[in-house]
Parts: sequence; structure tokens; C-alpha cells
Amino acid sequence: MTMAEKMYLPAVFQGLSITMRHFFKKKATIQYPEQQRPIGKEFRGLHVLRRDEQNRERCTACGLCAVACPAEAITMVAGERKKGEENLYREEKYAVTYEINMLRCIFCGLCEEACPKEAVFLQNNKMAPPRYERDEFIYGKDRLLEPLDAGNSKENIKYRY
Amino acid sequence: MPILAIQALIIVTIFGITLLIATYSTYAERKVAAFLQDRIGPNRAGPFGLAQPLADAVKMFFKEEFIPAKSNKWLFIAGPSLAMLTACMSSAVIPFGNTLRFDGLPEIRLQAIEVNIGMLYIFGVVSLGVYGVMIGGWASNNKFSLLGAVRAASQNISYELAMGLSIIAILMMTGTLSLREISLQQHGFNWNIWYQPLGFIIFLVCAFAETNRTPFDLPECETELIGGYHTEYSSMKLGLYLFAEYINIFVASAVMSTLYFGGFNFPGMDWLEAHISSDPLLAHNIVTILGTVVLFGKIFFFIFFFMWVRWTLPRFRYDQLMNLGWKILIPLAILNIVLTGGGILLGEKLGW
Repeated sequence: MTMAEKMYLPAVFQGLSITMRHFFKKKATIQYPEQQRPIGKEFRGLHVLRRDEQNRERCTACGLCAVACPAEAITMVAGERKKGEENLYREEKYAVTYEINMLRCIFCGLCEEACPKEAVFLQNNKMAPPRYERDEFIYGKDRLLEPLDAGNSKENIKYRY
Repeated sequence: MPILAIQALIIVTIFGITLLIATYSTYAERKVAAFLQDRIGPNRAGPFGLAQPLADAVKMFFKEEFIPAKSNKWLFIAGPSLAMLTACMSSAVIPFGNTLRFDGLPEIRLQAIEVNIGMLYIFGVVSLGVYGVMIGGWASNNKFSLLGAVRAASQNISYELAMGLSIIAILMMTGTLSLREISLQQHGFNWNIWYQPLGFIIFLVCAFAETNRTPFDLPECETELIGGYHTEYSSMKLGLYLFAEYINIFVASAVMSTLYFGGFNFPGMDWLEAHISSDPLLAHNIVTILGTVVLFGKIFFFIFFFMWVRWTLPRFRYDQLMNLGWKILIPLAILNIVLTGGGILLGEKLGW
């Protein structure tokens, strides 16, 4: 070390000036519950199972989403539509159960791309919230399906496209 | 005996102010740390997070009071008590202001006790402070605590030497040990820092080491010793150790302001006393109160400086610490004494 370096003081003052500059800088903190980071339109968040214009479920339980899923997060049981249920399900086949494990899901959006019926979508304004129990992360139809009173809910729920 | 009542009031006030400043130093430390790191810091408890120290205290009191099974129980309790006691004692001799004058009363000094060995008193009490750390570290029956305590002891003793030597130059100049006398001699803008810049730097570095602050906080070095001497401490006993550190910072800042930065003096005080009021008593009192405010401004700046340095500099290695203390600071302090002596002799010869 040279004499100037051995005295430590020049380096100390240099360091102090750097931290003092940061003292007056704009803070990077986002006050989370009150203030939220803007989410992009392309954000892939929580899934939703859409209904069509007449409030019928679009999903036909073809299983293509489950096949496309790289994390194997999607399971479903297919069932046949009975007489008198035409106002509930659009196709002749429908998903009796449809479950997505949010702990497995990597939110890649491949299910959305695989779906031939435009039934499953990833919303761009909702994230899977934290929960206390593991089984609470397995989302069934009760939590995935678009609510009935949402109407033709394109305005209520923002989709990616 | 009104004068005794007033004296008691002043002592209680100084004690209260010391504790209050130490309390809010914990808040300021977190706030300063956050600001230096582009964060906001505590802002949830009360407006701007001002109730944070209260919340911390409540948390500390309600945590489990843990005493290790094979430790020496009495010494384990005595450690933090001693640290706190010595920290609180040392602010007694600091002159927080000049005098207040009222009709029919003797002059009131804004100082808890005036002793003519004030500087030695502070040195003695601060040196005792290391016993709190040592006893606590030894009584914990834990090798990390013991290592922290041994480090604290050798570090404090090493740096006390250089600190004392840097003070000797001041004593040679002023010819007194009384902090009040030293303050009064720096009247106006005639501060000691203009004559003793080298001494001040040595004193500053030693003050950092004495208060166990970064870059010399090796006694509580987390990466090597977990918590150092307070590894085994929890609840308010840990709180007392941390609190004592902040009181020590406050006292160190006050001593630095008094010795080198004129204490309660500020430039233009004579002019102000002559012009502010036609009543000489009132003018004197106003200047005294302004001086106290100025002194606290200086103290707050130094407290801020302690924090500023803490969040800027990394910790020294232990051999670097010892080399700095013994091979650089002590020779520099002796050089400073020689230079000061030479300066005083030269001044006498030239009749300054």
C-alpha cells in the first residue's frame, strides 16, 4: 500500500460521499398493500375457466391442457352431458372435476395455448395468494370457474388477449 | 433550599434527555441505515414510525428471559446492569449550557455536577464500561461470548491509550481538566478544532473503538462470533446492552463537541448578547439557551456521523485493528503532543 492508502482517510471520505449521495436519492421501496407494482398486460397470473356467451362452461375435458402442462399440475375427470344440462355445458362432454395444483404450476401459459375451446385462461391481474395449508393450493372448479353473475364478463375479468 | 431543588431538576432533566436520545437513536439508526441504502425504514408504528422505539421496548420486555443453565447467574445479571450504569453515569459532568441568571438566585449552571476533574471522571467511568461487557461475556459460559469479551477488553484498553494521549494535548493548551472550563475557553469561534485537527481525528477514531461501533465492532462481530459478548442474552438484558451502546454514543458525541467544537459556544454570541435585549439578564439567558440548542445540534451531527460511518465502512480485521491502534494512532498522538508543546513554547517566545 502507498502512504496515502495507509492513511485510510481518503478512502473513508470517498465511501462516506457515496453513501451520502444515496441518502438523498429517490427510495426504491414500494409500500406494498397501499401501493402496488404495475403489472404488464402480458402477465400470467391465476387461471380462470371461462364460460361462453350463454353462461355455459366452455371446457370439454379434452385433456389437452393436462398433456401440455410441463409441471403436470392439471388433473381432470371427464363426464358426459345429460339431457336438460345443455344450458350448463356447451359441448357433449364436460369436466366433472378440474383441478390445478398452484404449488406445481409454473404459470407458463402452455395450457392456455393448448386449449382448443378457449376455456382456460391466465388472468393478468390476479396472483395465487398465499395459504396456510398445502391442500388449499389445489384449486377446483369452485374457485377456477368464472362466476355466473359475472355475466358476459369480458369487462369484469381482464384476459390476456 | 430552592437551589438544591433546581439542581435536582437539572439532574433529572439531563438523565431523561440522555435516555430519550438513546431511545430515539435506535429509531434514527434504522432510519439512517434505510436512507443510506435507498430504503424508507420503519414507518408503520405511528406517524413516520415514531412509535417504533416503544414497540421495540414492548417486544423486548415480553420476550423470554433466558439464563443459561451453567452460567454464573449473578454475574450474568450484573453484566448488562453494569454496562447501563456506567453509560448513564458518564453524562453527569458534561456542561450542556452556560449559566442561567435570575434575580435573587445564585447563577444556575446547566450541568449536573461541576467537578474540576471532569475529563478524568469521564475516562474513568467509560473505562469501567468494559467490565459490563467482560463480566457478561465471561458469565455466559460460552466460548463465543468469552472471545467477544476478550476482544472488547483488549480493544478498549488499546484505544484508551491513544485517546488519553490525544486529550493530553488539549489539556496542555487549556491547562484544566474541567469540561466547563474547557468550554468557556473556547468562547465564540475560538474552537479547539482549529488548533488540534490531528488530535481530533485520533480522538474520533478512538471514540468509535471505545463505543464498539463499526468499523471497530469486533466484540459483537456476527460473522465470526454470532453475537459476541451478548450471544446468550435475550429480552431486556440484551436491550440494556444495546441501549448502553447508544448512550455511550451520545456521551462520546457530547464529549467531542465539548472538547473540540466549542461546546455551547457559537460564533457571534457576544454580538447577540449585546444586541438582543436591553435587559442584560434576559439577553444572557437567551444566549445560554441558544448555546444549549447549538450544543445539541453538534451532538446530533456526531450521532448521525457515527451512524453514517457504520453503514459505510466494513469491519476491520483484528490484526489491522491492533496495528492501527498501537503502530499508527499512539505514535501520532505522541507526535501531536510534541507539536502542541512546541507550539505553546513558540507562542510564549513570540509573545502571542
